[in-house]
Amino acid sequence: MLEEQQPLVIAGRTFGSRLILGTGKFASPEAMRAALAASGTEMVTVALRRADLTGRKDPFANILEFIDPGRYLILPNTSGALNADEAVRLARLAAAAGLPRWVKLEIHPDPRYLLPDPVETFKAAEQLVQEGFTVLPYINADPVLARRLQDVGTATVMPLGSPIGSNRGVQTRDQIRIIIEQATVPVVVDAGLGAPSHAAEAMEMGADAVLVNTAVAVASDPVRMATAFKLAVEAGRAAYECGLAQAQVTASPTSPLTAFLDEPQSSIASRA
Amino acid sequence: MSFVAQFNALPVGELLRRARGAPVSAARASLDRPSLSLTDFAHLISPAAGELLEAMGRRSQQLTQQRFGKVIRLFAPLYLSNECINNCRYCGFSRDNPILRVTLSPEEVRREARALVGQGFRNLLLVAGEHPRFVSRDYLAECVRAVHEQVPGTSLEVGPMSTEDYRPLVQAGAEGLVVYQETYDRAIYDQMHTAGPKKNFDWRLETPERAYAAGFRRLGIGALYGLADWRYEALCLAAHAQYLLRVCWKSSLTISFPRLRPCAGEFQPLTHITDRELVQLVCAFRLMFPDVGLVLSTREPARLRDGLIPLGITLLSAGSHTEPGGYTGAGREKLHQTQKGRIVELGASEWAAGDAAPHATEQFQIADPRSPGQVAERIRSLGYEPVWKDWDQALSA
Repeated sequence: MLEEQQPLVIAGRTFGSRLILGTGKFASPEAMRAALAASGTEMVTVALRRADLTGRKDPFANILEFIDPGRYLILPNTSGALNADEAVRLARLAAAAGLPRWVKLEIHPDPRYLLPDPVETFKAAEQLVQEGFTVLPYINADPVLARRLQDVGTATVMPLGSPIGSNRGVQTRDQIRIIIEQATVPVVVDAGLGAPSHAAEAMEMGADAVLVNTAVAVASDPVRMATAFKLAVEAGRAAYECGLAQAQVTASPTSPLTAFLDEPQSSIASRA
Repeated sequence: MSFVAQFNALPVGELLRRARGAPVSAARASLDRPSLSLTDFAHLISPAAGELLEAMGRRSQQLTQQRFGKVIRLFAPLYLSNECINNCRYCGFSRDNPILRVTLSPEEVRREARALVGQGFRNLLLVAGEHPRFVSRDYLAECVRAVHEQVPGTSLEVGPMSTEDYRPLVQAGAEGLVVYQETYDRAIYDQMHTAGPKKNFDWRLETPERAYAAGFRRLGIGALYGLADWRYEALCLAAHAQYLLRVCWKSSLTISFPRLRPCAGEFQPLTHITDRELVQLVCAFRLMFPDVGLVLSTREPARLRDGLIPLGITLLSAGSHTEPGGYTGAGREKLHQTQKGRIVELGASEWAAGDAAPHATEQFQIADPRSPGQVAERIRSLGYEPVWKDWDQALSA
């Protein structure tokens, strides 16, 4: 066994679950709350543009009231920001509104594929780390960028498996393998995980956690789908910790060609 | 190169031929493609594709839920002024229509916004006729500031302006700009717009690009159905959307589906699009553009709006008034007529002629009179969450 069962630790905080959930796209806040509970998650991310940051408890922007801060760490995200300035401003506002000083840094100027802008993300990460935020940056699966970000002090790196909401699974696996190999901070595979098997694959590869939203939110039964992801993440992690058997191209014969080398000398001699 | 050059080179004849006469086999092949071309889009708006409407609807629903989730965003129009310098034959605000007009002061706009905030709206579309004297750039900037104090999401639907004139509006807090080409048919455009700066087809066609250059981050486009053949309009609109997605790549695009409604002037539509065809059109746009917001206003009746919610629409207005002061009665004491740009006070008989409390003339009559609360409740009962706030001031400072 390569690794004992270890909990996920991000910025010194321990999490019992390696599944992080997003809160967008649900048919109702009640459906979201039930799915969060079923998933076993301990960290959920919320788009700040959906939440009330004025402190007036706006009944028409009350998504946060459906998330128990005693049960989940609320991870505000900066989705909607086009550049570093906007992301930094949003993070500060969230902190001023009493949300945790943790931020899922998302800067995707292209609204079609929602691919993260590496330049602006790096700039914002530097700034927010300096200001004392715990920064979890959403990035393309770029190993060099991941290293640069961990060097400036981000708490994780969150490479995408495939574009947000695409349900296409881990398309960036080769790059993610390198990121995992080189990481000094937890690696969270974020975006594109459309099936529990995708989440399991990321965990088997050695990702420290995964983040899922669309696949659960738009499922016909979000609670059951959340449960399915929970099990998949646990299965994938257990398999990783045990050490997966290597897949091979050829079969391994039960009577190998070199078996004679293990036979006692006497029997070889008697053949001569 | 602006869209005008591409538009002029668009092989619209060939596309229209397919849109009118594609066999159902071509439509089915296009429906099965993961990524659609304009030719595929033409097939999907063809009469033959009407036979595939249920399958198109299912695909449209799946794409919409995947991209946008089970949520419907809500907004309300806030009319600032019904003064207009243009004559558009189909529009109640046309300058030669002897209607009751008013331009709200920024303070009155603030009151209207407050009323809408009370109803739940956190996303407003400020609408005004085109009139440089009553609806100047500085006036608009003041109105945006007044609204933006209370409303996180503020968009504009006003007469086309230059990039330089748009910039102060973006700085004031406006994040979206909506401009409908009305019709992409140059000949009909010319017949419909008989006077005023709106006659300039190309200037209007390039408006979204100028708005993008000025920093607007949500762009809305559309055609007004009832003027040219709807299939022609849809093809040009799709080409326009394709262009904007490529060039204005940092903006979110929305497409609206306004059909002509009864209004002052009693213009009769030149063409017709049936409810069934409108549904087909919405689905075709969703299949072509999985990531584009699709908008439906209160021009459409409740039955159709409710039916379209699970079929690809992502943004709805509700409880709309299409006249300035419609939500609070603001500006009633200033009602007047305007002749050749000059205000003409109403005589006693004109005050007495209408209702006990006259109001400014609306741009068009709405067809879904339900309150915002009722619409939100219906959205919930259809299995979607009504989302009022989807933007924060911090993003548009």
